[in-house]
Amino acid sequence: MKNLNKSTQKLISTIAVIFVLYLAMSIMQATGNLSSLMSGLLVPVCAYSLVAVALNLCVGYLGELSLGHAGFMCIGAFTSALFSKTFQGIIPDVPRFILALLLGTFFAALFGFLIAIPVLRLSGDYLAIVTLAFGEIIKNVINAIYVGVDSKGLHFTLKDMMSLGLEPGGTILINGPQGITGTPRQSNFTLAVLLLIIALIVTFNFVNSRTGRAVKAIRDNQIAAETVGLPITKYKLTAFTISAAIAGVGGVIYAHNINSLTATTNNFGYNMSIMILVYVVLGGIGNFSGSVVAAVVLTMLPELLRGLSNYRMLIYSIVLIGLMLFNWAPSILRFREEHGITSQAILGKLKKKKEVQ
Amino acid sequence: MKKKAMSLGLCVAMAATALVGCGDNGSTASTESVETSGELTWRIGGIGPTTGSAAQYGQGVQNAIQIAVDEINEAGGINGYQISFNFQDDEADAQKSVNAYNTLKDWGMQILEGTVTSGACAAVSAETYNDRIFQLTPSASSTSVTEGHDNTFQICFSDPNQGTVSADYIADNALGTKIGIIYDSSDPYSSGVYQNFATEAANVGLEIVATEAFTADNKTDFSTQLQKCKDAGADLLFLPFYYQEGSVVLTQANQMGYEPTMFGVDGFDGLLGVKDFDVSLAEGVYLLTPFAADAEDEATQSFVSKYEEQFGGTPNQFAADAYDGVYILKEALEASNLTPAASNEEICDALITAIQNVTYNGLTGENMTWNAAGEVSKDPKAVIIQDGGYVSVQ
Amino acid sequence: MGFLTYLINGMSLGSVYALIALGYTMVYGIAKMLNFAHGDVIMIGAYLVFMCMSNAGMPAIVSIGIAIVCCTAIGIIIEKIAYKPLRRATNLAVLITAIGVSYFLQNMALLIFGSNPVSFTSVVKWQGIELADGQLKITGNAIVTIVTCLVIMFALMWFVKNTKPGQAMRAVSEDKDAAVLMGINVNATISLTFAIGSGLAAIAGALLCSAYPSLNPYTGSMPGIKAFTAAVFGGIGSIPGALIGGLLLGVIEILAKAYISSQLADAIVFAVLIIVLLVKPTGILGKQIKEKV
Repeated sequence: MKNLNKSTQKLISTIAVIFVLYLAMSIMQATGNLSSLMSGLLVPVCAYSLVAVALNLCVGYLGELSLGHAGFMCIGAFTSALFSKTFQGIIPDVPRFILALLLGTFFAALFGFLIAIPVLRLSGDYLAIVTLAFGEIIKNVINAIYVGVDSKGLHFTLKDMMSLGLEPGGTILINGPQGITGTPRQSNFTLAVLLLIIALIVTFNFVNSRTGRAVKAIRDNQIAAETVGLPITKYKLTAFTISAAIAGVGGVIYAHNINSLTATTNNFGYNMSIMILVYVVLGGIGNFSGSVVAAVVLTMLPELLRGLSNYRMLIYSIVLIGLMLFNWAPSILRFREEHGITSQAILGKLKKKKEVQ
Repeated sequence: MKKKAMSLGLCVAMAATALVGCGDNGSTASTESVETSGELTWRIGGIGPTTGSAAQYGQGVQNAIQIAVDEINEAGGINGYQISFNFQDDEADAQKSVNAYNTLKDWGMQILEGTVTSGACAAVSAETYNDRIFQLTPSASSTSVTEGHDNTFQICFSDPNQGTVSADYIADNALGTKIGIIYDSSDPYSSGVYQNFATEAANVGLEIVATEAFTADNKTDFSTQLQKCKDAGADLLFLPFYYQEGSVVLTQANQMGYEPTMFGVDGFDGLLGVKDFDVSLAEGVYLLTPFAADAEDEATQSFVSKYEEQFGGTPNQFAADAYDGVYILKEALEASNLTPAASNEEICDALITAIQNVTYNGLTGENMTWNAAGEVSKDPKAVIIQDGGYVSVQ
Repeated sequence: MGFLTYLINGMSLGSVYALIALGYTMVYGIAKMLNFAHGDVIMIGAYLVFMCMSNAGMPAIVSIGIAIVCCTAIGIIIEKIAYKPLRRATNLAVLITAIGVSYFLQNMALLIFGSNPVSFTSVVKWQGIELADGQLKITGNAIVTIVTCLVIMFALMWFVKNTKPGQAMRAVSEDKDAAVLMGINVNATISLTFAIGSGLAAIAGALLCSAYPSLNPYTGSMPGIKAFTAAVFGGIGSIPGALIGGLLLGVIEILAKAYISSQLADAIVFAVLIIVLLVKPTGILGKQIKEKV
């Protein structure tokens, strides 16, 4: 491993950790040692991790705060679920899911690209609010879409179910706020982990590629980068589109793991966008493996706190504030350094143990 | 370097939580009402939002089931076995609801009474269908909950039922000629009732002059929707949504000086229980509800007083449905003569047959029966609010 | 006549947004942080007024006074515990902590006040005025809210421009490090900003719930986001911008509902926001940021 550069080493170690956890979970699931709660959480956790990795690309490397990534997830989820439901029974399962995955990713990327063109002209908090606005528009419009199919083909309206004018016997595919019910359940843990690993490889390679280095240069000093002659818009658009596409993959996984897909504030609205941002900041800005870890921890936490019944979400918010202070407050960081409770020190000890073994 | 180290630190934490999660396999029971160590009991689970913006509905259901379970346990249980009850929060989100369901499964749930909201319920009913666990929902009224799932039954009216019956009632009693509708287009329940109302209204010859929507993000101000209905000359407003927004609509209509006949559905029940609400505003409001908290009969009064004593506040219709649910389960279980030693599948199959033969009289209706599709058949009562109380009209 | 009615409704909705936006913009302008918990402080303020009026039977003015004092105290405590330790960390860290505080306040309120909504009795007893033979009606609430908004706006502008602490605030907003060199106590100044912002939240809470009288632990979150949008609309950090942004947002929302689609009103509001920001990237009254090379 000596001749590999640092980031490749890190990528390999991250994937190794994920793989070991995957094996452990799979074995426990196969032998019936994993609780239903945990096995039910495996796929959504991977979906959230994917979106967190996507947002981290945007926040950490592009340096732009996006509050609309749940919107891209939403597009990936709805387009793929619509496709899967429409062609259920027409195309066999496996090719249909592959097509749905490609379609969801493509549409998320397309919307990411279209949105990025105007959005990336802005900067800072103004950019954040515009992405939030786009996310809300996506959610609001999806809540008003009605799509149905009968012998005459597809029907579509933005008003209500009656305006579809479906023949009796026609099927409703998207029923406004009731969303899509009965998406075939095709996500599984193996697939989700595989996609997560692919996404990690893609992002790691991207940030270390020529384009990725250019994006970092733009983040650190746009004017300097411009002076050197970098085509700023092109690089920014590329990064944002890739980010949206990965978020779309997360959406596809999410949609094919649940029977009833609806777009509410909590699963595809600004609340979710903010939650994903929490994963990114807590896991470390610019640190992809950190995002995965934070997504896993923060998704598990409220479930593991169920024993506290009514105090659950209260404790969760306190833990969140505490974690933020512990990881970010300069005074606490100094205190940790003085008393040897930095992550380096803990890690060092762990490494030593490994060496001893 | 610092970041990397930090993330790995978190990694260790993750591994730890994951292990903890596996370690306490099946012992996450939190709101268990009866100590169950070693003793054989009926394990009934409940799911609903007890935090988040729909918390009032979930908490009502949780409290009501608790009352019913306590009553039954005191009286000797079902077929001689006590009930243990465990209620989990889902924040009205489909994914969280499935998580809650899995938590209950780990606890050893045999029968599920939930979930409270339609969107979440459609997700969970697919799970119970696969796992063969009997499910009875107190309040998820959408047809997508029961469609294709033989193990799912509803205690509340289904959306088509409410919408259709409302349109028929308005037409039969000539309550209005020009109908205005305001509904929550982001809510499955509200838009479901609206769609069925509008379809039936066309059949019975009601004229709909205005259809206005609002969304969950936009439910503080109804002045525009009311103004448009007023301008269209609507003399009856059909309001298929919950009482919280209902109280705002009534206040704003009053401020505008707009006084059409107001017609709500079962979500409006609870209106008079809103703290500090000026009940004179609700004077003359029609609503289609199976339950009225101030009904005179003994069962209702005992339930309401127990609820007020234990949890404070007036129970709404969700709570009443949930209370009935436990007794319906009791009757069906007694009819099928089972013990908790039976497997989930046996219980599920037995209950599917038993509930279709049960005729139940409860707080939320008389002679309630169920068909194979999982829908309840009961007579909706139209009530009108007069002098600060519900009065039945026929 | 219809259009005028909608316009007036829009202004009354907008004035509530404006009042909340003033608190946002004040904190953002000086501390450079998006205080996502602001909407929840508003909810706490509204509950305090409700408790004083309904349970203790106090008059409206006294209740609001008590709520202002309590909210100010809450604001200072939140700032001391959750935000101050992160003063030198990245802005994003504070943003996330603010979200944590927002969850905390909501769930605390859920435990204390319960989940059932309460109906808020208006603090304004005046019925309002009728114009054009009763065809146009402006409610007392709307008038009081707009007037309060104007008074607070001018008071804040005067305060920031003419008083010692106000000047300190402007200095901190311009350059924190330079302000320290000038002998300004930056920490105290930022705490003062939070205190003022939270005090305003109590007033906003009382007026928000007077106009739209349903109160539950989540009442503050949506108006909070809308008001944040309004503040950005007007140019975040600008005090008159908050008023203009709030009023415009309210009017656009109502007109979109009235003339285009009540289902898609939110989408339309946000679309207009995007267009405005593309034309004027720092909002209507926002300062142009000069980039240094």
